[in-house]
Amino acid sequence: MSKLKIEPSPHIKSAVSTQKIMLCVILALVPALAASIWIFGIRALLMTVICCTACVLFEWVFEKITKRKNTISDLSAIVTGMLLAFNLPVTLPFYMAVIGCFVAIVIVKQFFGGLGQNFANPAITARIVLMLSFTSYMTSWAEPFYYQKSGEIITTSTPLVSESAPDLLSLLLGTTGGCIGETCAIALIIGGIFLIVTKIISPATPLCFIGTVFVITLITTGDITEATAAILSGGLLLGAIFMATDYVTTPITTPGRIIFGVGCGLITLLIRSFGTMPEGVSYSILLMNILSPLIDRFTVPKAFGAVKQNGGKK
Amino acid sequence: MSYMKEFTKGIIKENPNMVTLLGMCPTLAITTMASNALGMGLSTTFVLVCSNIVISLLKKVIPDSVRLPSYIVIIAGFVTFISLVLQSAAPEIYDSLGMFLSLITVNCIILGRAEMFASKNKVLPSILDGLGMGLGFTLSLLLVGSVREILGSGQWFGIQLAPDFLESMTIFILPAGGFFVLGVVIAVVNRLMNLKPREIGCHNCPNAESCHGACSVTPSADKKEGGNT
Repeated sequence: MSKLKIEPSPHIKSAVSTQKIMLCVILALVPALAASIWIFGIRALLMTVICCTACVLFEWVFEKITKRKNTISDLSAIVTGMLLAFNLPVTLPFYMAVIGCFVAIVIVKQFFGGLGQNFANPAITARIVLMLSFTSYMTSWAEPFYYQKSGEIITTSTPLVSESAPDLLSLLLGTTGGCIGETCAIALIIGGIFLIVTKIISPATPLCFIGTVFVITLITTGDITEATAAILSGGLLLGAIFMATDYVTTPITTPGRIIFGVGCGLITLLIRSFGTMPEGVSYSILLMNILSPLIDRFTVPKAFGAVKQNGGKK
Repeated sequence: MSYMKEFTKGIIKENPNMVTLLGMCPTLAITTMASNALGMGLSTTFVLVCSNIVISLLKKVIPDSVRLPSYIVIIAGFVTFISLVLQSAAPEIYDSLGMFLSLITVNCIILGRAEMFASKNKVLPSILDGLGMGLGFTLSLLLVGSVREILGSGQWFGIQLAPDFLESMTIFILPAGGFFVLGVVIAVVNRLMNLKPREIGCHNCPNAESCHGACSVTPSADKKEGGNT
């Protein structure tokens, strides 16, 4: 009898590890990185590399100081660094980007106990901290292909606030003003499809998020070009595909994810239409991150084989 | 001697701000600048010492059933006095403190010391207690205010510290930064004093119903001593 081993479930172990998932996310981000280098020049690549290095370094140093298990090999710090860099304008001074990395890794992630314990998405929170701290730097976007022209950097506005009619082709290609990784819609969609096909992310959240924005803009403006422009401009695709699908900070059930996505879409629209800020994607994701535990609580699935209790609770 | 202990306990060991978490509202609201923090701390100290003196003198006169209104009236009198003095002597600080100056009246620390200490002790210990608590409050406000002003506007008491090419982080002057700095300062103070985290105990635990004490947390009856204003 002593040879009988008792161990808790799960008994079947999947070959999928955190490292493999993160590697897939990095691969999915590569098209957007390539597009950003084409649009904004080599400084976009430099910014991404600096953010990744700083994130990994902060994670390593913090875990060394606090004598925690070293987790830099799970690649999550690199994903955070890439996502943060994609959320920054290309002209931002590098030291500000490093401050953002500190906020993301040390304050948002490690202070709460490391990967899996953070209540908010590190990259989103770091972006909001930078936005509130260095507002003028964070809202001056370089004109696409500025690096080909000699002389000083010309700044332009994001398509969200420009007066002229939206040009869908340039929104798709990303040749508009914006943060490093958010402008090129095609590259982000390719990355998203790759993640959905490899089953890394569930399509529920991004589809509900983007769908809510599309449908409500279509109803309020009655113009299909306007509605398409609303989902292609700003950080909506980047946020919906890569940030609102974070495993740690979003609901775990499909109904929960649908509520999460619709909520994100509604808050984004509210901020875009009535707020003083041009873009609301990051705030909407952060607010819904905070609501995630509540959503999870209301969408607990019935356990397999469970019998409905008479009278319910109490 | 024990008189010395009455004085020093408020500075670190029972710091009203960092350890007992009283008076959070002025701490978060006016610490955007070190000078505001100092003005607020010193005004509160003055009111605290004066009200402690009067309350410990009158402790036999004030009937038990109406003691709280009586304390408030005494405190409000001194608050009116200090706000008139500040208005004429330091109008800048008076303007920047705004309504938080009048709100010293309902500051938990002052009422707390009146109820816990001055109404049970003689005049001299009450003075020392008020001085120590006031000084502890002033020091913690000054600490939070200095951190927020240096990081948030690159200045300290209005003196430019940060070089021009470094942008200051505006978030530290905003409420979010205030909560963050206060949290970090409290964490550092707890670490330095080797305070153990408070045990939640089963009576406060949301999972107690399904857990039945199966987790390692042992039930403890300590109640969180906290307040606001």
